[in-house]
Amino acid sequence: MAEEPLIRARGLVKRFGGFTAVDGIDVAVERGEAFGFLGPNGAGKSSTMRMISCVSAPTAGELRILGMDPVRDGVAIRARLGVCPQLGNLDTDLSVFENLTTYARYFGLSRAEARRRAGELLEFVQLADRAKGKVEPLSGGMKQRLLIARAMVNDPEIMLLDEPTTGLDPQARHLLWERLYQLKQRGVTLVLTTHYMDEAEQLCDRLVVMDGGRIVAEGSPRELIGRYSTPEVVELRFPAGLDAVGKLEGVGERVDALPDRLLVYARDGDAAVAEVHRRGLEPSSVLVRRSTLEDVFLHLTGRTLVE
Amino acid sequence: MTVMVAGRAVRRGISAGRVGAVLGRNVGALRSGPAYWLVLLSGFFEPLLYLLSIGVGVGALVGAVPVGGRMVDYAVFVAPAMLAVSAMSGALAETTFNVFFKFKYARTYDAVLATPVRPVEIALGELTWAVVRCLFYSVLFLGVMVVLGLTSVGGALAAFPAAALVGVAFGAVGMAISTFLRGWQDFDLLTTGQFTLFLFSGTFSPVRDYPAVFEVVVSVTPLYHAVELVRGLAVGPAGWGLLTHVAYLVVMAVAGLWVASRRIEKLLLV
Repeated sequence: MAEEPLIRARGLVKRFGGFTAVDGIDVAVERGEAFGFLGPNGAGKSSTMRMISCVSAPTAGELRILGMDPVRDGVAIRARLGVCPQLGNLDTDLSVFENLTTYARYFGLSRAEARRRAGELLEFVQLADRAKGKVEPLSGGMKQRLLIARAMVNDPEIMLLDEPTTGLDPQARHLLWERLYQLKQRGVTLVLTTHYMDEAEQLCDRLVVMDGGRIVAEGSPRELIGRYSTPEVVELRFPAGLDAVGKLEGVGERVDALPDRLLVYARDGDAAVAEVHRRGLEPSSVLVRRSTLEDVFLHLTGRTLVE
Repeated sequence: MTVMVAGRAVRRGISAGRVGAVLGRNVGALRSGPAYWLVLLSGFFEPLLYLLSIGVGVGALVGAVPVGGRMVDYAVFVAPAMLAVSAMSGALAETTFNVFFKFKYARTYDAVLATPVRPVEIALGELTWAVVRCLFYSVLFLGVMVVLGLTSVGGALAAFPAAALVGVAFGAVGMAISTFLRGWQDFDLLTTGQFTLFLFSGTFSPVRDYPAVFEVVVSVTPLYHAVELVRGLAVGPAGWGLLTHVAYLVVMAVAGLWVASRRIEKLLLV
């Protein structure tokens, strides 16, 4: 018999008064995988994460985490979760090191164990040289790494990361991704939300695309791209005032008009560009690229992810 | 009930260890710099200055006042009240300003609630810390009272647990109030309320000297019971009647804790 999924939701609903944030979703996360919730702001990702973190009770539906009920067994479940919140809530009254030792004590670790663990984790997130310093002067990337270290003090089986790299510069993001990848190699199950396509493609084995509280697609990044997009996309920009959409009919498999550019979905991008020129159209810029999850999202919802 | 999770015991009920961890966080914060120590010190000097200026200074003009059938110096009458006020203010400062900041701005409790720690454990941990602060003031103040001859050593020892109870009661109610405050502007209201209690709770004149209607009003307010209890133990007369005040303060503590933990749960676990 197969092992029960670490996280299983069936018809999960979260309402706030008259507003439905999560509208009946089904999710199963297996041990050891990296699972993503992808969607724009307001899609219901964070509400879902809070329910999984056992800090928000489901309004309706079924939710099992580590085989337990989050409302009844919240304390026991939280003991085995690592939560890295979107809102940085590091303790500014404490040093970097104390942020970890204090947090470890909430999980019942002894003082000696807390100190040992804090030392190890600061090494892991490359903050050992800042151990004695305050939290406030740390850069955004450092704070995020400290949050990840804090979420790891109890050696969690599941790490929940809510938009782990939002607002970070590219270098900081890559360092963070690398650390998360190492965690995954160690067998920790990662569950993350993001509205960055590249992040989802980098980190997630499997993901669901959420929009308006519902799941609109599910699969691996490659599967989703294969199912909802073409291998290549041509981005065309035309001088203002020129209506090119009508003249592009039949070029590629599909054309989407964005406010600033046209996207032509094609199996062969270069062939599509040749066809555009053959029709006498002269775009001011042409870019042929591989299809991404961004295109999947656009196709599924008619909207771009990051407005 | 205890369950084993990944080799570690996780208590489902209220865990002393987790309450201690919440308390430990505040001990850690003490090391963060001199700012907190300054706040601590000012909280000690305020009631002491009142005692010296009004109790001793104005007391020279007032002369003796009756306490439980015997006449005592005015300073002897005022000092236990200042002890009660100091216990109240110490606990309130901790569970209003500091708890409110952690609750609403620093989002400290959001981080704590992602761990096995429960809302009631946060409330208990913060309250314990508030009482530690209040006891720090009480010990110093009782020391001053003994040195100035305003109470006996026995009286001071008897008043000490009473001051602790005052701290628990006001700390708990203060924490409950913090969860209702909308912003810093509401602290003006709180300060005014606290100052009114400070002036009219039988602190500077015996309640039975107040107009009759007023006496009834005062006798239902909390600081009155705190003052009467502390004064009864430090100066006299100690009697079974003091248990009414104890009961009043215990109810405050229980109700405050209950409301505070429910509110933390309602506002942060949504």
